[in-house]
Amino acid sequence: MTTLFFTEHAKGQLSDQSLKAISGAKKFGDELHVLIAGSNIDDAVAQASKIEGVSKVIHLDNSEFDNILAEKLTTAIFDISADYNFFAAAATTTGKNVMPRLAAKLDVSQISEIIGVESPDTFIRTIYAGNAIATVQSSDAKKVLTIRPTAFQMSLLGDTACEITKVSSENIPTLSEFVSEELTKSDRPELTSAKTIISGGRGMQNGENFELLDKVAAKLNAAVGASRAAVDAGFVPNDYQVGQTGKVVAPELYIAVGISGAIQHLAGMKDSKIIVAINKDEEAPIFDVADYGLVADLFQVLPELEEAL
Amino acid sequence: MKILVPVKRVIDPYVNIRVKSDQTGVETDNVKMSMNPFCEIAVEEAIRLKEAGKAEEIIAISIGNQQCQETIRTALAMGADRGIHVLTDNILEPLALAKILAKIYEEEKPGLVVMGKQAIDGDNNQTGQMFAALTNLSQGTFASKIDIEGEQAIVTREVDGGLQTIKISMPAVITTDLRLNEPRYASLPNIMKAKKKTIDQKAPEDFGVDVSPRLKILKVVEPPKRQAGIKVESVSELVEKLKNEAGVI
Repeated sequence: MTTLFFTEHAKGQLSDQSLKAISGAKKFGDELHVLIAGSNIDDAVAQASKIEGVSKVIHLDNSEFDNILAEKLTTAIFDISADYNFFAAAATTTGKNVMPRLAAKLDVSQISEIIGVESPDTFIRTIYAGNAIATVQSSDAKKVLTIRPTAFQMSLLGDTACEITKVSSENIPTLSEFVSEELTKSDRPELTSAKTIISGGRGMQNGENFELLDKVAAKLNAAVGASRAAVDAGFVPNDYQVGQTGKVVAPELYIAVGISGAIQHLAGMKDSKIIVAINKDEEAPIFDVADYGLVADLFQVLPELEEAL
Repeated sequence: MKILVPVKRVIDPYVNIRVKSDQTGVETDNVKMSMNPFCEIAVEEAIRLKEAGKAEEIIAISIGNQQCQETIRTALAMGADRGIHVLTDNILEPLALAKILAKIYEEEKPGLVVMGKQAIDGDNNQTGQMFAALTNLSQGTFASKIDIEGEQAIVTREVDGGLQTIKISMPAVITTDLRLNEPRYASLPNIMKAKKKTIDQKAPEDFGVDVSPRLKILKVVEPPKRQAGIKVESVSELVEKLKNEAGVI
């Protein structure tokens, strides 16, 4: 039983998300191969060959893969699919884009964003934005999965490198092409991978007051998020939204400021390791899930907090 | 150009989810149902393309039980022109849905298919990509901006680190993310008008595709409950606890 895990990389480094997810992929079969794609990526390929537990690296060495497009990558993976029983990737936007297309080409179901592996055919995943946890058994001969990185520990790199095979893919379709990428230019981490998040709700009263959160975030190297109520009120753009219809996050520390704790918001953050709630309404439901609650006026607390950090 | 918009009926996003005590699933009896929020965004985008003169007809499709007709009616009230309802009491997996949609695609030959990136019940985020694979169409997933330029669509995608722009050949499949637009509410006159629009009824058997399940749900349980923690009295106490007790700062 052999697993093919697609790893992402950027600027010569393997992605942390992939290094976490691959720890889940180690539980599927007895052999694990890593697929890495792009041209002039020797550093990342060398790192991939040292991931503990990996016995072979397949390098799709072609500039067609310098930016990953699902149409192209799935064609290349499909060409080598006969050798594998499992296909997996981190449940990042890239993994989510690519893997279902591969699954359909293989005529199998995908098991999305698993958080646990019970046996080689039985997996645990969340549904309803984490409000329920399903144990799912697959009857497909080949299995395609995405793995939630926050559910697994980062895999370490060892000292010895495994075999590296270069594959030059042919007949790559031209249905789609990369135009540009505009990565958020912020010194702050992005919401889905941040170790610390500070979010504001309707209690922030307006968009300007989010600067108070920014200042605390700068001290904590935290990402700034918001509840749907704050987004709907026009305080901040929609990509700040943490919740069932926004981003689902699980940082080490989540600080909810002026957020009442609607179900829709809780669904997006309740897997955080430590939750802090700051709200002047002591009856707010957010306190029911908070490890540390502070009943106080956020406009007094935030400057104090910035000072104290 | 015709636009197909598949829409899904799900538990309303503001309803508290209750897991059934026999662990077979989530309680859906007597629970308020709505159109999946991402599907609403897809319907809205299709209507805006029509209003901009880029499309002539919008067809809303739903696959599921009898009540899915209401979800199609909602899309028709927003501005879709006609509906297709594939009636089944089984809950089909994304692969099966994609196969049925691929058959409808062959019959209708639309220029564009716009659908939600995921449904908020199963959280699978698969159907659009699978449908694109089966029809060999290009895919623009998690779209926050769509520009149709002749035979191509320029799609801005929400990716983990920011935004990515791709150019894809039409016909194409585009899946919607939150920032694409704000869906309109249907006005009363439009709700009345929607009652006169046609909905074709079909069954999965009409399409001659294999919709048998590949996955078996062994159990569904509630997530571990978080215990409410403690109240702190001051910022300094909070910082001290986070440093020394929780060790997170």
